[in-house]
Amino acid sequence: MSRKKLSRREFVAATALTSAALITAPYVRGAYAAGKLSMAFWDHWVPGANKASEELVKAWAEKEKVEVTIDYVPSQGNKNILTIAAEAQAKSGHDIFAMPTWWCHSNSEQLERVDDIMGPIIAENGAANGTVQYLGQLDGKWLGVPASVGSQIKGPCSRIDLMKKHANIDVQEMYPAGSPPKADNWTFDTFLKAAEACHKAGVPFGIGLGETSDSVDTAGAIFQSFGAQLVDAKGNLTVKTDAVRQSLEFYKKLIAFLPPDAAAWDDSSNNKWLVSGKGAMIMNPPSAWAVAKRDAPQVAEQCWTHGFPAGPKGRFAPYLPYFWSIWNFSKNKEAAKSLLVHLSKPASIEKMCVASGGYDLPAYEKLTTLKVWQEEAPPKGTLYHYPNPYKHQTLSIAASPAPPKVAQQIYFQATLTKMCLRYYQGEAMEKTLAWAEGECEGFMRS
Amino acid sequence: MVDVTFQPNRVAGSQARKRGGMRNALRRKSTVAFVMTLPLILLILILVVYPAFYSLHLATLNKSMAKFVGFGNFEFLFRRDTFWLVVKQSCIFAISAVIFKALIGFIVAHFVHNVPAKKQRKWRGMLLVPWVIPPAMSTLAWLWLFDPSYSAFNYTLSFLGIGPIPWTGDAAWARFSVILVNVWYGAPFFMIMYLAALKSVPEQLYEAAAIDGANWWQRIWYVTLPMMRNIIAITTLFSLIVTFANFDIVRILTAGGPLDHTHIFATWAFRVGIEGSDVPLGASVSLFMVPILAIAAVFILRDISKRGNEA
Repeated sequence: MSRKKLSRREFVAATALTSAALITAPYVRGAYAAGKLSMAFWDHWVPGANKASEELVKAWAEKEKVEVTIDYVPSQGNKNILTIAAEAQAKSGHDIFAMPTWWCHSNSEQLERVDDIMGPIIAENGAANGTVQYLGQLDGKWLGVPASVGSQIKGPCSRIDLMKKHANIDVQEMYPAGSPPKADNWTFDTFLKAAEACHKAGVPFGIGLGETSDSVDTAGAIFQSFGAQLVDAKGNLTVKTDAVRQSLEFYKKLIAFLPPDAAAWDDSSNNKWLVSGKGAMIMNPPSAWAVAKRDAPQVAEQCWTHGFPAGPKGRFAPYLPYFWSIWNFSKNKEAAKSLLVHLSKPASIEKMCVASGGYDLPAYEKLTTLKVWQEEAPPKGTLYHYPNPYKHQTLSIAASPAPPKVAQQIYFQATLTKMCLRYYQGEAMEKTLAWAEGECEGFMRS
Repeated sequence: MVDVTFQPNRVAGSQARKRGGMRNALRRKSTVAFVMTLPLILLILILVVYPAFYSLHLATLNKSMAKFVGFGNFEFLFRRDTFWLVVKQSCIFAISAVIFKALIGFIVAHFVHNVPAKKQRKWRGMLLVPWVIPPAMSTLAWLWLFDPSYSAFNYTLSFLGIGPIPWTGDAAWARFSVILVNVWYGAPFFMIMYLAALKSVPEQLYEAAAIDGANWWQRIWYVTLPMMRNIIAITTLFSLIVTFANFDIVRILTAGGPLDHTHIFATWAFRVGIEGSDVPLGASVSLFMVPILAIAAVFILRDISKRGNEA
C-alpha cells in the first residue's frame, strides 16, 4: 500500500484552512448544547407533588437546551443524608442536591457559594426568614438557595371540637381564617391547662419525647420561648441557666399530661395519634391532616393548624427548611444556578406549593400569603395560619443559635428531649444539667 | 493426588518450555482454584478490604477531615460517658442474644432431629423462615407488634388483665425487645448448624453409651456436646461477630432510645457519623469492636485448632 507523504507547506495550508472554517462556521446549537445537569430533589410525601418540580425543570431544560436528570431521593431511612455523605466523600454525584436543615453547614467546604443569584431572588421574593439565614449562610455567604419543597413549620394542629369541648378554647376564633390572630391569651399557662383538661378527658396532646425530629423540634421551640440555650451563638456553654431550669420545670408539668408511651414516639407516632382520633393536638406540618383527609375525613374536618403558644421570651415555632445546593465539583455550575433562579421565581414556587397541597413553605416574606393556604379544606381556611402570614411567631430551629455544627449534634443527639425525660424521671435538676453540659462539651470538638 | 502433572521430556527449547510452563500452571489445581476464586477475591478487595482500610484512615482524621489526629478520636471517645454506655449495651446485647440463640437452637435442633425423616424437611423449612426474611422487613412487623400506642401484644395481654407494657418506651423493656427480636431472627441459624452436627454424630456412640447405662443427660453431656464442640464454637464466633455488628433491628425498633439505652456500636456510629456529620468519629466508634471481636476470634479459633491437632 502506498502512502503519500505530506509536505510542510501542505500541512500549514491544511491547518490554516481548517482553523478558518471552524472560526467562520455558523454556531449550530445542538439538542443539548448547554451540557448536562443532574439533580437530587427531596422525594415528597404528598402524592403527585414531585410532578410540579419535574415539569418546571423540564420546561427550563427545553428552553436552555440542557440535558437534565432528576432523582427524587426520599428522607425515609435517611436515604438523602446517606447519599449526601457518599457524594461528599466521593466528590462526585449530582450537580444540585436538596440539603435538609443542617447539611449546608456540615458540607460547607464542598458547596458553591450562590450569593450572585440570591441577591436578585431576595429582591424579587422578599427577605428570607431568620432560620433560613442561620442554616443557609456561612460568614454572610449563601451555601444554597432556600427550597420551598419540603420546608415546613411544625406548629400545633388542633382538633377544633375537642379543644372547644374539653379545654374551652375556640382555635378558629383564636386564629381566624383571613384575619390576624387574636391569640394574646395563647400562652404556656393556657397551653398547660388545656393539656391537663384534654388529658383528663382521655384525649391527650400527642407530643413525643423520643429522639427523632418532631420531638426535638417541639422541645426546641419551648426552650426558645423561655430564652433557654444550651450553647450560645458564640459557642459558650449556657446550660446552667435559669432559663434552662424553667424550661425543664415546664416540661416536667407537661409530660404528666402526655401519653405514657411518648418516650418511644418516632415521627410517625403523632400522625397516627391525630388520625386515630385519640388526641386533641399534635405538633406537625399539615401532612397528618392530609392523611386524615384521605383516611379519616371526619377527623380532618375538625383539624385547624395554628400558631405556637407564647412563653416568657416570645412565641417561637419550629421551621425546618430545605436548600438546593450546588456541589463545588459540579461541572455545570452556571446551568445549575440558572435552574435555581428559575425554580425560585414566584410563579414556580406557587406551582410547587399548590402541588403539595400547601405543605411546602417558601422562606421568603412576600410569599406567605399564597391562595393555596386560603383555599385548602376541609374546613376552609384550616391552613391559613400555617405559613405564619402575620409574622405572629418567630420561626426557629431547635438548638439555635449555637454554631450550626454544634447545634446539629445537640439536635440529632436529642439532648433537649433527653434532658426533659431524665428530669421527669426523677433525676436531680443539677445532675441533668451537668449531664447536658458534658454532652455539649463533647459536641464542640472540631 | 498429585498437584503437578508428570512431564517425561524435561529438556526442550525455550519456546516449548514457556508454552509447557503455561499449560502446567493451568493444569495445576491450585492455579485453577485461584483463577476461579479471583472474581470473589476482587469483590472482597473492593467491597471489604478497601472500605476497611478507608475507615481506618477516616478514624485518624479530625471532624472536618482536614487534619491527621492519630488516635485522637479514640481518646475523645474514651472520655465520653455515652460511649461507655454503648460499649456496655453492645456487650449485653451480643452476649445475651448469642447465649439464647445457642440454647434455643440446640433445643429445637434436638426436637427436629427426633422428628421422622419425612416430616423433618417441612419442620426445617418452617423453622428457617425467620432467618430467610430480610431482618429490616421482619423487624418492621415486630415494630407494629411493639408499637407504643397500638401494640398488638398489649392488646392481647389486656384480655388477661396485663399491661400495657412499654415495649420500646422503657429502658429495660426496650433492651428486652431488641434482644428478643435478634434471638427470633438468629436462632434458626444455630438450629440448622446444630442439626447438621447432630446428624454427623455416629449412632454407635449412643449405642455404646446406652450399653454403659448412660441416661439422657449423660448422653448429651458425654457424647453429643463433645462431638459438637467445634461447630458450637464456630457458630458462636460467627454469631457473635454478626450480632455485635447488628444495625437494622435496633435502628428500626428503638433507634437507640429511650435515653440511648439500646444504642449499640453500629447504631451509635450512624447517629454520630451520618446524622451528626462527624464521619471520623463514627468510623472510630465502629472500629472499636474490631479488637474485641479479634480477641474472641483468636481464643475460639485457637481452641478449635488445638482440638483438631489432638484429633
